[in-house]
Amino acid sequence: MREFRYAAATDPAAAVALLAGEPSGAFLGGGTNLVDLMKLGVATPDVLVDVRTLTSREVTDAADGGLRIGAGVPNADLAADRRVRERYPVLAQALLAAASGQLRNRATTAGNLLQRTRCGYFTDVTRPCNKRSPGSGCGALRGLHRNHAVLGQTLDGPGTCVATQPSDMAVAMVALDAVVQVLGPDGARSIPIGELHRLPGDDASRDTTLRHGELVTAVDLPPMDMPSRYRKVRDRASFAFALVSVAAALRVEDGVVADVRLALGGVAHKPWRAAVAEGALRGRPATEESFAAAADAELAAATPLPGNGYKVPLARNVVVRTLLELTGGLA
Amino acid sequence: MDTEITLRVDGAAHPLTVDTRTTLLDALRERLRNTSPKKGCDHGQCGACTVLLDGRRVNSCLVLAVTVGDAEVTTSDGLAAGGQPHPLHRSFVERDAFQCGYCTPGQVCSAAGVIEEARAGWPSAVTADLTAADAELTDAEIRERMSGNLCRCAAYANIVPAVADVAQASGVRR
Repeated sequence: MREFRYAAATDPAAAVALLAGEPSGAFLGGGTNLVDLMKLGVATPDVLVDVRTLTSREVTDAADGGLRIGAGVPNADLAADRRVRERYPVLAQALLAAASGQLRNRATTAGNLLQRTRCGYFTDVTRPCNKRSPGSGCGALRGLHRNHAVLGQTLDGPGTCVATQPSDMAVAMVALDAVVQVLGPDGARSIPIGELHRLPGDDASRDTTLRHGELVTAVDLPPMDMPSRYRKVRDRASFAFALVSVAAALRVEDGVVADVRLALGGVAHKPWRAAVAEGALRGRPATEESFAAAADAELAAATPLPGNGYKVPLARNVVVRTLLELTGGLA
Repeated sequence: MDTEITLRVDGAAHPLTVDTRTTLLDALRERLRNTSPKKGCDHGQCGACTVLLDGRRVNSCLVLAVTVGDAEVTTSDGLAAGGQPHPLHRSFVERDAFQCGYCTPGQVCSAAGVIEEARAGWPSAVTADLTAADAELTDAEIRERMSGNLCRCAAYANIVPAVADVAQASGVRR
């Protein structure tokens, strides 16, 4: 591990000011991803600014009937919060389906959002990876990519990247239209969560639209009155990243889809809001046929690789099943 | 870069000078000679290094020692207060819940965390009713909640009843 200085700050503004002057520094939350990446030589910050206990560890009621989640709230606490369990089951389920009990106790809300891909080429410094080392190529494109993206990848040029964003929590938050509160050297701003993560485009090194020194301080959940749920498919029953996951919320009135939210995990460089499918569903009969047609419409844009084509029918089937469950059509 | 810290471990305070890169696991094992937490994968995947930090189970291999501050670290050793085995230590022996024993201190600390989490009513990924008032520790729940602890001898079939016995004795629904 590269040597680094450890800096504690007294409040978020001081932490932001500290990091603004440290171009190779990083904020440290729970450390469950960053410390691991530092051991691997993938992350090489020369300063760590510890923000784990600086940002709020509370979930508070918002005036609009939603919730404000402090950036420092551990994943375990957020999953156990009774308001989240009752009003945002999709989020509680996503959190509980992620990592292990030990990791959820330590990992923070902001850190979960900003965790890096688990692509094996990214985490192995002896391999080419445009995300870790821009311009070195993408080892996964013609290598092992069974777990990789099928939507929105960059398949040629200097930005080539087929990695996936690994967070389950973020997929649920995208379906919930959460808003990320950020404090930066130039002040505070709000980012709709759908605009936080980005596709690789021509620069795979950037996972998000955050600028250096910007600190996530909270995540706001708008009120949610639709039934919601999260379904995750993985290689083993517990403690594994998603092959495909679906966060969905659905309201059916008189047999017709009145409103729907749909986001996919494990399929792209960012949580994939299935806007095409949502558009295809509103006003349609809430039937298996409609759900399948909407999923197919969304996945028509898929560009699977030789080793991960299975994800396209898998995503389709998981979307259909999850929506059927929300209609009560499946036990 | 050296930093002065004081680690509070199993009821005793230990002033130490550590390189900032030192994990809590390495500080415990290499500096304080508390070899009860084990280094398995060193990447948060196996759970052999599990300790309780202010009562909550964490992977000590992913916690930098400089970030621990005043938090109380409890290892499997520390659960044996006054030299008396913890009920989980006894149940692991009675249920033959290990072969080589390397993962056992981590399993025991994790199980202690699982029981406290269940007492607090926390649900898990296999909990059917997320809004239930209290948590049940069925065998399926124990398996899910203990999934962060690997046992390469595959003593799982005996680890589950070892945890269940103590959960039941602690008043957690089964």
